[in-house]
Amino acid sequence: MMMKWREWALATGVLAVSAMAQAAPPSAAMLANACAGCHGTNGGSAGPSMPSLANQSKPAIVEAMKKFKSGERPATVMGRLAKGYTDADFDAMGEFFSKQKLHVTTQTLDKAKIAKGASLQESNCGRCHIEDGKEGKDDTPVMASQWLPYMQMQMADYQSGKRKMPEKMAEKVKPLSAADLEALLHFYASVK
Amino acid sequence: MTLDRRSFLKLVGVSAGATGAAALPMIGRAAELMPKSGKRVVVIGGGYGGTIAAKYIRMMDKSIEVVLIERNDHFVSCPFSNLYLGGLMKDLAPLTIKYDKLAANHGIKVVQAEVTGIDPAAKSVTTSKGTLAYDRLVVSPGIEFRTDEIKGYDASTPDIMPHAWKAGPQTILLRKQLEAMKPGGNVIISIPLAPFRCPPGPYERASMIAMYLKQHKPGSKVIVLDANPDIVSKKGLFLKGWKKHYESIIDYRPAKKVTEIDVKNMAVLIEGLEEVKGDVINLIPAQKAGHIAHVAGLVGEDKKWCPVNPTTFESKLHKDIHVIGDSSIAGAMPKSGYSANSEAKVCATNIVALMNGKEITELSAINTCYSYLSAKEAVSVTGVYKVNAEKQVIEGVPGSVAVSPDLSEAEAIYAESWLKNILTEMST
Repeated sequence: MMMKWREWALATGVLAVSAMAQAAPPSAAMLANACAGCHGTNGGSAGPSMPSLANQSKPAIVEAMKKFKSGERPATVMGRLAKGYTDADFDAMGEFFSKQKLHVTTQTLDKAKIAKGASLQESNCGRCHIEDGKEGKDDTPVMASQWLPYMQMQMADYQSGKRKMPEKMAEKVKPLSAADLEALLHFYASVK
Repeated sequence: MTLDRRSFLKLVGVSAGATGAAALPMIGRAAELMPKSGKRVVVIGGGYGGTIAAKYIRMMDKSIEVVLIERNDHFVSCPFSNLYLGGLMKDLAPLTIKYDKLAANHGIKVVQAEVTGIDPAAKSVTTSKGTLAYDRLVVSPGIEFRTDEIKGYDASTPDIMPHAWKAGPQTILLRKQLEAMKPGGNVIISIPLAPFRCPPGPYERASMIAMYLKQHKPGSKVIVLDANPDIVSKKGLFLKGWKKHYESIIDYRPAKKVTEIDVKNMAVLIEGLEEVKGDVINLIPAQKAGHIAHVAGLVGEDKKWCPVNPTTFESKLHKDIHVIGDSSIAGAMPKSGYSANSEAKVCATNIVALMNGKEITELSAINTCYSYLSAKEAVSVTGVYKVNAEKQVIEGVPGSVAVSPDLSEAEAIYAESWLKNILTEMST
């Protein structure tokens, strides 16, 4: 009897399934740890063109991943990698990274630009980039302590039209000069 | 493990000539290096896999003691070492990590020693400094070369025809040979049959060396002798880059397996017949799992690589021993630095679960690997990996395993941060 059941189980793949049943589906940490090779341990990036994900808002991460997957947001590797995951995976990754503490970067910034950016940010960006960019309204990303080169690359994509700017952002950005925008990015990069 | 008497005496620091057999009963076995009190994981190899396995085990469970054994006091990254060969880096410093911060930040005990044997039954590792007991062992030794498959190859061959497939002195030697070569000279790159460490690596190397020759050695060529029937990875992109930048410099020849060498005449022989001469010969032999994997009986029927459980990376041949990185058979995951990093985290997660009697977690892993075509252009291959439950093998998730659409300056910028982040992960 035993042998017969085993043969039947092998033939139908029941054994293989039951072997796998011992492993839980990938946890948020399992999913997120795989990202850390490029984005740093727990999402604290050491590479200036790679954004830190630590302490990023969950809705911002989920939205970014969905837009990478659909192709709406321009990308190099991220559009391809996002295709390997489900919306539920994005939720789990967003949850994981949003709970990590802010990764404070040490980068060379211009003091005069920081001061100028500080004077511009509240009236121009503050409605969505809340608390000096430490928080974000809805799916607005956290900007505090983010890498300046990363933000500059994103702003260049916005300006060239490669990446679509949210309407409210476009209204605010349009009247600002290139020097104003640069100052704002220095300011956000400086927030700790 | 088996040791002949001479190796055994050498191991325990006794001169065979002076003391001889009389000393044997006294020493019995090598002294224990660090007595084990609580739970302990020993990790062999301080590269892309081993450092990360050690770190993540400690991050997830501070009650587990982790001992990392590495023969060197530093590690030099193979990824990006082709940029040094091309002259884009003045030295290997940007590719070199030390272990002090990793050890201090996570309480990892780093032992600089050579591992000479593993006893799976006694759960003990023998090193040049003594033995270490373990509850679980992680083996991440990278690759070894199948030099016996090349007639005429001996211990001195790499000094003349460097492989430079383990970064460090070999990389520096190859660079020096390129610098010393007369203009108009030919560089041979001999690529072994797949699978080998870093599938796009040889083709990136051809690109970087061609870039250097174009600028500094007019009239020189790179002759690529590929044992494989075609370019193994990122084929369309390499061909495009070569056509754009190095059309008259790279001479790519598929299905040319080097089986014999003539060191005196600086020549290689394809299938023992066709002779090709080079002024610089970068001879990359076929590969297999790191030496210790063979000594410890972790290598499968193919006598090359280590079969593992795709969820835990536990050896299919020895209980409580896990093999990660280049040495392991990880299904569709390529033998890359990023794969080793990702596998190490999956392995660490499940080692911690198993040691705490908890449920293991399914693998979710990534590979992201960049190759430079010129000083400012790079391309990449990506993949997200999961285990096929029925077949019990690691497979790529459809859609995620893909290469860049074109050569890209943005990818070269991102690649620099890739290096910065992955080496920081390993060293802090």
